[in-house]
Amino acid sequence: MSDASINASRAYEDEASFGDYFALLKPRVMSLVVFTALVGLLAAPVSVHPVVGFCAILFIAIGGGASGALNMWWDADIDKVMKRTKSRPIPAGKVEAGEALAFGLALSGLSVIMLALAANVFAGAFLAFTIFFYVVVYTMWLKRATPQNIVIGGAAGAFPPVIGWIAATGTMSVEPWLMFLLTFMWTPPHFWALALFMRSDYDDAGVPMLTVTHGRRSTRIHILAYTVLLAVLAVGTAFSGIGGPIYLAAALVMNALFLHGAWKITRRDEDDSEGDNFKVERSFFKLSLLYLFLHFGAILAEALLKPYGLGGW
Amino acid sequence: MALRKEHEIHKRRSGLNKGVGILLAAFVVLIMALTMVKVTSASFKFPDAQSSGEQGEQN
Repeated sequence: MSDASINASRAYEDEASFGDYFALLKPRVMSLVVFTALVGLLAAPVSVHPVVGFCAILFIAIGGGASGALNMWWDADIDKVMKRTKSRPIPAGKVEAGEALAFGLALSGLSVIMLALAANVFAGAFLAFTIFFYVVVYTMWLKRATPQNIVIGGAAGAFPPVIGWIAATGTMSVEPWLMFLLTFMWTPPHFWALALFMRSDYDDAGVPMLTVTHGRRSTRIHILAYTVLLAVLAVGTAFSGIGGPIYLAAALVMNALFLHGAWKITRRDEDDSEGDNFKVERSFFKLSLLYLFLHFGAILAEALLKPYGLGGW
Repeated sequence: MALRKEHEIHKRRSGLNKGVGILLAAFVVLIMALTMVKVTSASFKFPDAQSSGEQGEQN
């Protein structure tokens, strides 16, 4: 085998597959976007044609994926430092940063235009704003500038139910903003729990997470404070137009568990956490995923049961 | 020149091309379905028909 063929063979090994481009869209984040946007769309007090509804959710998901690709393009330098992200397509050498940029921009344009055509212009414009917020405000500006990055940047991940609602109704009201606040207030304790047990990652990358700038004790107290505020908001939502007895039961159980978890995190010190390899923090992080899923699931259940006279108050 | 054994890269490229092809075909079907829904909805009006109707009323 000649040198040229050996070099060519090595170059081929790094060539991207279909799955690498799909990974640029952050499929796990996209699944949260799809679910919460679907709940926003179905909780709206109007009926949407299934094809229009499917298109709206699909293009919201593609918009969310596009912003993920643009995030990976901008953060390629820190992604290759962090253990959690170094196998992503760009740091792994599968996709060029410029390709990810082009891919993200093309999908952003496609998703915004198609959502405006399939649903309405307001929904398309709101999707464009969400992509802008996630890529420019969070990724380019806040993420490396302030320990409040997760708090403010969390808004981008909280917009999908609002977009789903606007796609159905073409207007805004209080209910989608309650769904927004639910995700917005949930994001900080969710990510700070992750930062507690993935601390070396953020330290190495120089990302000013609260654990790095204010210390781990302060982060634990912040988790409890946000969890208390979240619990008040989540239970209060039960008495709004999207709430009902099913939601209230889910909210009471999940918030009691979440508050208990946050309280346990606050009472622990670093020796306790190191001793059991962050067992409590890890279980709180897992619980946070179930927490959001069950709250939105309960809102969906209330909406789906309403036509049969069962959902809502 | 003798035919060479297929390289792994050919399979990967084939997978990528098939994936893109399927996505494009699905997009065409989706746009067609969306168009059918839009033009058959009760609120649909042809813009030209509407404007020519208004001109007719003025005359």
